Formats: sequence, structure tokens, C-alpha cells
Amino acid sequence: MKPRTSKVLAFQLAALLAGLANGLNAQSPEERGLEIAKEMDLRDTGFGDSKAELEMQLTNRHGETSSRQMGMRTLEVVGEGDKTLIIFDQPRDVKGTAFLSYTHKVGPDDQWLYLPALKRVKRIASNNKSGPFVGSEFAYEDLSSQEVEKYTYKYIKDEVVDGIDCFVVERYPVDPKSGYTRQIVWVDKERYISMKLDFYDRKGALLKTLKFSDYKQYLGKYWRADQMNMVNHQTGKATRLLWRDYVFGNGYKARDFDQRSLQNAR
Amino acid sequence: MARDRICKTYDREVVLPIRAIWRATLRRCRGDQIKQLRQRQSVALLSTGAVLAAFLLAPLSFASSAEVSGYISAETRVFENAASYPGQESGPTGAVIFEPEFYHEWDGGESAFEAIAYLRKDSADEERDLFDLREFSYLWVNRDWELRVGISKVFWGVAESQHLVDTINQTDLVANPDGEDKLGQPMVQAVYVSDHGDFSLFVLPGFRERTFPGEEGRLRGRYWVDTDNPIYESSGEDERVDFALRWKHYIGDYDVGVHYFRGTNRDPGFVPGFDSEGNVVLRPYYELMDQVGLDLQLTRGGWLWKLEAIARESEVDRYSAMVGGFEYTLYGLGGSVMDLGLLAEAHLDSRGENAPVAFNRDLFVGGRLTWNDEADTNLVAGTFWDAENGSTFARVEFERRLGSRHKLEVEVQKLMNIDGFDPLYPIRRDSFLQVALSRYF
Repeated sequence: MKPRTSKVLAFQLAALLAGLANGLNAQSPEERGLEIAKEMDLRDTGFGDSKAELEMQLTNRHGETSSRQMGMRTLEVVGEGDKTLIIFDQPRDVKGTAFLSYTHKVGPDDQWLYLPALKRVKRIASNNKSGPFVGSEFAYEDLSSQEVEKYTYKYIKDEVVDGIDCFVVERYPVDPKSGYTRQIVWVDKERYISMKLDFYDRKGALLKTLKFSDYKQYLGKYWRADQMNMVNHQTGKATRLLWRDYVFGNGYKARDFDQRSLQNAR
Repeated sequence: MARDRICKTYDREVVLPIRAIWRATLRRCRGDQIKQLRQRQSVALLSTGAVLAAFLLAPLSFASSAEVSGYISAETRVFENAASYPGQESGPTGAVIFEPEFYHEWDGGESAFEAIAYLRKDSADEERDLFDLREFSYLWVNRDWELRVGISKVFWGVAESQHLVDTINQTDLVANPDGEDKLGQPMVQAVYVSDHGDFSLFVLPGFRERTFPGEEGRLRGRYWVDTDNPIYESSGEDERVDFALRWKHYIGDYDVGVHYFRGTNRDPGFVPGFDSEGNVVLRPYYELMDQVGLDLQLTRGGWLWKLEAIARESEVDRYSAMVGGFEYTLYGLGGSVMDLGLLAEAHLDSRGENAPVAFNRDLFVGGRLTWNDEADTNLVAGTFWDAENGSTFARVEFERRLGSRHKLEVEVQKLMNIDGFDPLYPIRRDSFLQVALSRYF
């Protein structure tokens, strides 16, 4: 009796251990998705600050284009969302208009607008995340800093995009004010950067596709795409972002991202 | 970007002989006035020279980092009715406006110089001709300190339909009767930026008189304002040095500002008098005042809750006034990308219907429609309604960029059902349509 019992026990124990080990190795798709998002975030942590010039090319459904130019400064805030200051240069009638945003991991962002003709700083509502940023195909939420906490995730599969081996991850916005029900992101397996993003609207239909290209590496670590192409499948409009003159390590402080600097920035 | 220009008042544009003002009437001999005029002309000439030199020479000396920009604009106003008073131009009027801007910063942005000149030539009213330095200042920024010296402009406040707490700069009333245009103010402004907010001290040497339409101009009362002949309570007249303190901070969803001002009231009273040709005119009377004020905004969800309040005290007057209300924005109107902002603000003045201002117990409701398109098209419309006498005053402003360098602006102002005792009564026939086309460079 005794040996037999212990045999059964041993068998059961082995099965239990194997099951446990199996469970540890094979994450759920949700865990895998979150892990990828965290790794992306980790690899982009520690850049400190950056500034860049941005040209925004807007194309309407008739193929007519118009252009906007702006400068963008970013301050990384550890443990919180980043602070961003955008200063418009063209078109000329909006020159000097500036936009200050404090992104938060949880809850609404804080946003101010500076109108140079009146010299007025105005706190603006930040719940229009899904609204277009200066008439472009980019919504505010597409341009604000991508914090892990803003989505829940689900790993789907691996896929090769433009010769690059990618993870395909679905993510679902946490904020009910988001204009999207889900996004599908293609992540370069090697560099952990986004190559492509599909946006699905509130009705679940494919709305936009964003493609990143011409990635360059800065400070031997951080990747930034020089080109971002957003196409709206429902309206036929498109917006291309052309980034240039990236500079890291500017030594920016919180003081460079306050309402005073919003007024003085050029 | 939403240009937030909404209607502002005509307050104090109109005749209000406050009895006590008579006491303060100063008699000045003609000789003094001529001397003063000459001084002003030489100051204007000197500053013109300085600006021209800055615009021409600065780009050369500072080389590539200097920026020159600005616009030239042509506008025309067509009035609905014939003029009310003799001397006024009844037909359409036109104006050309040139506003060049020069900016240069150095020492990694620690120092900056900015100049904005403003030149306007009107077809009918010579009181609308103006040369002004909107900005001619040096800015020094060092960590927690900022210092601005020169001619500049500052904005205080949060409300849309009236800018009650916006005290520092004088209104250029003839640029636009909405009161959004301001004259440059000589100042030394020191700011200390801390975790407990921004503390500003203003020293304001030199007073700017409000601009008013002249004999030929519309948007005035029966008697025009004689801007050559102002009366000051201060013996320093327009050379008195005024002071102001301001604290500005944001705490979570709240943006708050508090100020104290001591000096010459930018809003004049009026005293009947005669000009050099023997015409009956209104002489602007600028009293001294102490003012405290508060501006507060709560930003939550799509709601902006706003409040501005002031308390003023002068030798003859003591009152408080407030404007408060909300702005709520509906995003993505009807599935489009357009936004509609709904505005409502209430105006209160402790002097009630006797207040010499148009908006004393009035209600403002309006809307702001933003197309969110590549031309930044937007439309702002609003109506003021006097709760006690029913006078109604409406404004509509539309703007749209044409191509990359031009902008079209259309404004309509309509006065309806104006009560005989309302301060807007003298301009009841001055409803107009204004179209402006600007080229930016």
C-alpha cells in the first residue's frame, strides 16, 4: 500500500509541477502584450529631454497640400507623463502661437494655449483627446506621450512588415474619451519600436493607418522616426510629419515648461 | 487655432458726466497744451526713428538669428444706417494697417529683444490714424527671475465677453470697438517664478490715453471726444508712475490670479468742454484709483468655469463688478471633426443701471464654431442682453486663412432695441459689417 500511495503522490506532484512550470512559461496573450509595451517603454526611458523641428504636411481628399511648421520641446518626467511645448512658426498668421501640455499617466492632461496677438495664456479643456490636432489627421491622443498605463494589451502574432520581424499587439485605450476602440501596433522585435499602427474607430471600423519610417538612433540608444505618415481611410485625407534637427540633452528644467516660458518661447 | 476674439464692451466710450468730476476739472492754458503737443511729437519722432533703426539695422548686426514677420491688412466697414450726428461719415470707410514685428534672442534665450510697430491709416477719420509701438522691450530670463524693460503688453483674465481684470494696457478703441486691441505700455516688469506661483511687480512710467473716434468717425456719441485735451486727477498727468502687483498660479484644475493696481484709471470719465475751434466736445477725465481683482478658472471635463471680479475705489466712486460664466465644448459635432463651444457669461456691476458702463446687469450667450480644418476656419457669435432694459447687442466674427499667407476676417456688429437710457444709445445706428484681408510675411 505504502509504496503504491507514494507512487501516485509522486505522479500527481510531478504533474502539478509540470503544470506550474508550463503556466509560468506560457504567458497569456495579455501578459505578453503588456510585457512588450513595458519593454518598449523601458528602452525609451532616460532620454531626459529633446527638441526637434517638425513640418506637418496636410493633404486633403483632392490631393491639395498645405504645410505647418513648428518646434517641439519635450521634457521627460520620471514617474509621470512627459511635458511638451509646441511653438508654431508657419503658417505666418499663427506664428508664435504655442501649446503646453502636461501628460498624466492616469486622468486628464493639463493643457494651455498661448495666443500671441492678445498675449493671452488660456487653460484649455483636455478631454478632446480624439479631436484633430491643428486640422491634421493626428488626434491629440496620437501625439501625446505614450504611457504604458494608457492601454491594456494583447499579443496577437508575429509578422514581417517591410522586411522587419515584428510582434503584432492589440491595445485598448483605458480612457473612455478615446476616439478608438482598439489599435493594432507592429513592434520591431529587435529594437522595440513601432513600425505601423492601425486605428479602429468607436464603431470598430478601420479609421487610420500610421507608418513610421527613417528611424535614427540618438545618444546610442533612443530611436526617433524622421517620417510619420498617417492616412485616414474613411476621408481619404493624409498627414505627413517630417521631423528634423533632433537635439537631446538640452538641460531643460520644469521651469522651461511653465506658463511663463509658454509666453516667452519662440 | 481658435483665435479667441469675442465681443468686448463699449464701456465708457459714451457720455457720462459724473457730477463730481466737475470738481476735478483742471484749467490749463493753451501754452501748456502746445508745449505738451510738441513734446509728444518729438517723442513720436524719436521712437519712430528708433523702431526704423531696429528694423533695418538689427537684422544686419544680429545676423541669422533675428526674425522679421508681420502683416499688412486692408479693411472696410459698411454701416447699416446713415450717421446719427452731423460731421460723421455715412458711407463705407476703409483703413490700411501695417504691423511689422522684429524679434531677436541671444545667450541661449536668456535675453531677447522684441519690437512691434503698428501703423494705421483711415479713409475718413483722422483720429483713427495711428502710429504706436505695441512692443519695444528687452526681456531677461534667469532661472526663477524675469525682467522686462520697455514698451510691452500683458493680458490678465479668463472671461471671453468682457476683460474686467485686464488693467495694465490702454484700449485702442478705434482699432476695433470690441476692445481687444491694446496700446503698448511703458513698463518695468519683474517676475519671480516659484512653486507657489508667479509673483509680478509692475512699475508703469507714463500713461497712455484711450483712442476715440473723431468728428468724422462713427461709433461715437453726439459730441466727440477731444483726445488732445484730457484732464488728469494726478498732478503728474500722463507722466505719473503707476504700480501693480500680481500673483498667478495653477493648482490642479484651477488657474487663479490676484492683482492690486494703484494709479490712473485706464477707463476715462467725460467732461463737456470746447475744443480750439469752439465745438462742444467731451474731454476725457482720468481719475486715480486703487483696484483689487481676482480671476479664476476651473477646467474640468469639457467645462471651463470662469470668474473675474474687481473692486475699485477713487475719490468719487467706489464699486465692484464681476463677470462670470462657463464655456462648454461639444467635440466632433454630428460625427464631423467640428467643435462647438457654448458660452454664457453674466455681468454685474454694483452700481446697477446707473453704472456708466454698457454691461452692468447683462447676460451674454454665444457660440464658437471651430472647423478644425487646414484653413483654421472659425466663427464666433455672441449676444449681450441687458436684463433690465432689454437692449441687445450682437457680434459675429468669422475668420479663415486663404492659402498660406492670407487671411480673411469678417465681423458683424448689430445693435437692436437699444433703450434710451442705455449707454449704447448714442451708437444705436452704428450697426456695421467689416471685412478685412491680411497678408502675412
